Amino acid sequence: MKAPPFEWHRPATLAEAVASLAAVAPQDGRVLAGGQSLLPAMALRVARPPHLVDINGIAELGELRVEDNALRIGALVRHAAFHRPVAHGPLGALMAGVVRHIAHWPIRTRGSFGGSLCHADPASEWPLVAVVLGATMQAVSLRGDRLIDGPAFLRGPLETALAPDEILRAVTLPLLPADAHWGFEEVARRAGDFAQAMALVVLRMDAIGRVAEARIGIGGVEAVPRRLAAVEALVNGRLPSATLVEEAGRAAAAACDPMEDAPYRRALVRAVVSRALASAAMPQALAA
Amino acid sequence: MSEDRSLARRVNCVVNGTAQAAEVSVRRTLADYLRQDLGLTGTHLGCEHGVCGACTVLVDGRAVRSCLMLAVQAEGCAVTTVEGIAPDVVTLHPLQTAFAKHHALQCGFCTPGMLTTLLEFLEEVPAPTAEEIRIVISGNLCRCTGYEPIVAATLEAAAVMRGGA
Ligand SMILES: Cc1cc2nc3c(=O)[nH]c(=O)nc-3n(C[C@H](O)[C@H](O)[C@H](O)COP(=O)(O)OP(=O)(O)OC[C@H]3O[C@@H](n4cnc5c(N)ncnc54)[C@H](O)[C@@H]3O)c2cc1C
Ligand code: FES
Ligand code: FES
Repeated sequence: MKAPPFEWHRPATLAEAVASLAAVAPQDGRVLAGGQSLLPAMALRVARPPHLVDINGIAELGELRVEDNALRIGALVRHAAFHRPVAHGPLGALMAGVVRHIAHWPIRTRGSFGGSLCHADPASEWPLVAVVLGATMQAVSLRGDRLIDGPAFLRGPLETALAPDEILRAVTLPLLPADAHWGFEEVARRAGDFAQAMALVVLRMDAIGRVAEARIGIGGVEAVPRRLAAVEALVNGRLPSATLVEEAGRAAAAACDPMEDAPYRRALVRAVVSRALASAAMPQALAA
Repeated sequence: MSEDRSLARRVNCVVNGTAQAAEVSVRRTLADYLRQDLGLTGTHLGCEHGVCGACTVLVDGRAVRSCLMLAVQAEGCAVTTVEGIAPDVVTLHPLQTAFAKHHALQCGFCTPGMLTTLLEFLEEVPAPTAEEIRIVISGNLCRCTGYEPIVAATLEAAAVMRGGA
């Protein structure tokens, strides 16, 4: 089907975009980024915004750079930009490992990092990365800029902390230390489909090989991605082993509260958390 | 901002090497512009919401879903459709030659999207494995071939394009 009629605004600068969105937000005007979620929703007529503020002409939003020990990702940086590592060390490798699970190649060439966060699909990969790695979102409106952290930004399925007149400008991810180990696992019914369950694990080890700091998050299961404090506490201070991997999976299954298909989703959580922890704890998996 | 508010806009772009200028409704997709305004019906529409891959074209060399891009967003861009892949009217592109040889198409509905997706991929990954090819066409549905001939054709075309065979 075709999208319902709308007026299209194409600002050339961020200042123009902010003004344009402020003018149309009261009538449900929306930002158009990569269009890989919004345009299908309009074609299916589940979204009917009468105005679109197209941000694709704003160069600043496509910038990606490392500054102050963090990766600053302009909201419009496309998923495909992460096919190859964008930063030295574990963070660039982690992003390149995760991006392959997002949709398909010709969707990744247009869909954007910021669009994925603003769309806030519980089964999207980037929101999980944002929560586990401690991302900060920078939003802008006529009232100025404000910073929002990952858990506060993601309010629920398809719901964020952004006001209708706010534009997500950039997302900052702290670089991971060189000795950080990570593992990402996802179950989807077909390649490129949204996840039914996924887990991201980031570990730092102490001098004798015990886990000094674990970050363990799940996505695709609850309304928003979340770190599992109970599972992190279980893993911290322990030596990685098959037993620990098994225990962590079981603890994650118990700690989660699935939106649907609870027994099945818990079984998936157990599997993805165990596998992600196992791959993070084995340094040779880092190359992947 | 007043001319920004209109429901139709002028678009200038280059399609398969030819400059095109037209007034289009802003809600017209790039796919409908190519098919209906320019008569380039080689770009196929299966689902119109991003899932089937049949409508994939190259925009400034990048494979994109033409059903998920507005025609007005192609302003200033170079678009290549299946009609523009071959070097001239009598010669096929090596990827097309390999598709024909390996029976990588039957009804041909998925073929334009397969070719455009694979063309960008082979630029970035000139020596892919069969597994990498399977992954990159995972977003292109083919109801005829069972995919194996497409993978075989792509492996052979990659070798030819590298100058190896
Ligand atoms: C077939 C298919 C499969 C997919 N599979 C996956 C998958 O497996 N995993 C996954 O994560 N995604 C998947 N996607 C979605 C894809 O990743 C989208 O690119 C992403 O969800 C939205 O990004 P976008 O840039 O396309 O945003 P758009 O579609 O342009 O916008 C999405 C929403 O966010 C708002 N928005 C966007 N950018 C901003 C901004 N800077 N400021 C304020 N609001 C903004 C828009 O107003 C809109 O409401 C899939 C899409 C398709 C079509
Ligand atoms: S018609 Fe565009 S992906 Fe199916
Ligand atoms: S050849 Fe018929 S759909 Fe692929």
